[in-house]
Amino acid sequence: MLTPLTVALAVTALLLAAWCGLAALRGQPTKDWHFGGMAVVSLLAVGQLVIGVVLLARGERPAGDTTAVLVSYLLTVALCVPVTGLVSLGERTRWGSATVAVGALTVPALQLRLHDIWGGGLG
Amino acid sequence: MADAPTAEEHRGTGRRRLASGPGLLLVTVYAIITVGALSRSLYQLTTRLDQAPLAYSLSAVAAVVYVLITAALVRGGENARRLALGACVAELAGVLTVGTWTVLDPSAFPDTTVWSGYGMGYLFIPVVLPVTGLLWLRGSRQGRRP
Repeated sequence: MLTPLTVALAVTALLLAAWCGLAALRGQPTKDWHFGGMAVVSLLAVGQLVIGVVLLARGERPAGDTTAVLVSYLLTVALCVPVTGLVSLGERTRWGSATVAVGALTVPALQLRLHDIWGGGLG
Repeated sequence: MADAPTAEEHRGTGRRRLASGPGLLLVTVYAIITVGALSRSLYQLTTRLDQAPLAYSLSAVAAVVYVLITAALVRGGENARRLALGACVAELAGVLTVGTWTVLDPSAFPDTTVWSGYGMGYLFIPVVLPVTGLLWLRGSRQGRRP
């Protein structure tokens, strides 16, 4: 049941990474539209965190004793983009955009791991 | 081109910033790897150290090295730069040693570490990162004004 959200989050984060990566290549800092994109990815990530916590609270458990790992992944996913976005506000050069791109790339990487854990137990 | 701000200093502290321009990208990747290595290592050490003591201890060593480098890069200044330089050398030595060890004697490692197979499980970032770090830290040496 969570696969659609996992895929949507991974795809939007990849798009954001490509977009900010392009800005970095062009030597541009992050702009308002980029922050709109970051907001979309962050909202999806927070949604995933909430759903995950609700499922855990209902008593569902991932495969093995990996609840702590699952929650730490969910938290990291939710923090990656907002934190790198804030950092890019302090670095108004291409390197700020590159930082957001790296933060966004972390999201799909963690989605793969989340899928491994979740696939075995939740959903 | 506004991407050579290595002479910039932390406001008021007099310390040269290491985490600006390309250094910011470097510190971001280090921070992400640190969170990954540290949380993974804490989890392994607290829940199942007996299963693979060698692998998990090496994971912990790796995590400490990453914490040191990230903190040094964020702090900035010449002392921090030297500390980070030393830690990058240790990191490179660690990833090469552990990487070779896991390839030659996989049976010693029932579970993987961050540095297994030269960081294969982490897209080889653990082996690329120290090299990039060393290059950046050499380039931002005190007294070298852009």
